[in-house]
Amino acid sequence: MMRLTAHALTCQRGGRIVFADLGFAVDAGEAVQVTGPNGAGKSSLLRLIAGLVRIEEGQLTLEGGDPEASIGEQCHYCGHQDAFKGSLTVAENLAFWTRYLGGGGRGPEAAMERLGIGHLAALPAGYLSAGQRRRLALARLLTVTRPIWLLDEPTAALDLASQRVLAGIMADHVASGGLILAATHGPLGLPTRELAIGRAA
Amino acid sequence: MTGPLAAIFRRDLLLAMRIGGGAMVGVVFFLAVVTIVPFGVGPDMNLLARIGPAILWIGALLATLLGLDRLFQADADDGSLDLMMMAPTPLPLVIATKAAAHWLATGLPLVAAAPVLGLFLNVPPEAMGAVALTLGAGTPALSLIGAVGAALAVSLRRGGLLMAILVLPLTIPVLIFGVAATNAAIIGPLPFGQPFMILVALSLMSLVLGPIAAAAALRFGLE
Repeated sequence: MMRLTAHALTCQRGGRIVFADLGFAVDAGEAVQVTGPNGAGKSSLLRLIAGLVRIEEGQLTLEGGDPEASIGEQCHYCGHQDAFKGSLTVAENLAFWTRYLGGGGRGPEAAMERLGIGHLAALPAGYLSAGQRRRLALARLLTVTRPIWLLDEPTAALDLASQRVLAGIMADHVASGGLILAATHGPLGLPTRELAIGRAA
Repeated sequence: MTGPLAAIFRRDLLLAMRIGGGAMVGVVFFLAVVTIVPFGVGPDMNLLARIGPAILWIGALLATLLGLDRLFQADADDGSLDLMMMAPTPLPLVIATKAAAHWLATGLPLVAAAPVLGLFLNVPPEAMGAVALTLGAGTPALSLIGAVGAALAVSLRRGGLLMAILVLPLTIPVLIFGVAATNAAIIGPLPFGQPFMILVALSLMSLVLGPIAAAAALRFGLE
């Protein structure tokens, strides 16, 4: 049984304490919605779990994961930047990340079909709209298997149909024993537990 | 282990070849530097032949450094670097692979262009081979040393100029032994082998130390 536990986490960025003394636990098969006002540290928390922001104080532990790998290596991080090159085609971008991150999920074509961008495969990623780029970033969740998904505003720029597809993908992941932490202001479309962070400042 | 590295090597080469990539920029800059020198120095054929190898080396050095600050900055800007640092593949190997792709896309064309550009500088035909050989042995060191500067530039934000200041002094030994080996081949009296071996040693040293230092710089850049 996988369990991600944070104990008394403090995060500091640019000399400012973003949040302090934050504790929570996420179990396998659970989707947690991280909420809070702008600047409360939702994105910072996700980056901190991913290992991209240094932990100033406190501990972050993962039980039941791969003991050989760091927590970040077992995470999918889907942030505001989508890590795609405009001069490469949609298929080339996705194929690269699938190979680089180790694959293990479904094939790139199947993932693109699921997200409704299969017809764009040969188009350079630079020509995609914001919503299409976001869907391409979400396709990475399907082609590479990782138990923990860290999603920063996953529904941003998505139309309603795509939001429903995303909700289905997240429900599948949770049903198969995965963990999801999503920072968002809106509803995700599946049963979630709320983790409110940030002081009203 | 080899899958991720092969993937990044292929992607960086593809990016360099596509429109907006940096593959041809270095060669064009090299061409520009080398062609204006005879106009500045004047039509003194003997002088040109004497300084020719040095001009070729300086041109190649500057052309290599030209786009090098983008080596990690481009990946940092679009978030690729985040995902690369999260992946299980060791960061120094990723950096060595990126430097190898950079060298193949920008360094190797310089090596190939050097004998042709040598004609502009009245470099004797027997010296052309020596120039190409020393550039072939020395430019990998430039890409690898430059990777350290590029990594620092990322962690310090907008460090393009800083990178040039940090990297240039470190590349001076490569320049000295590269030109020394070439001159040894043309005019003597030193044997060619001695400075050439040191040049190769510099490249091998930077192959070991460069990626480790660059990885440390990138990790340091984490907030």
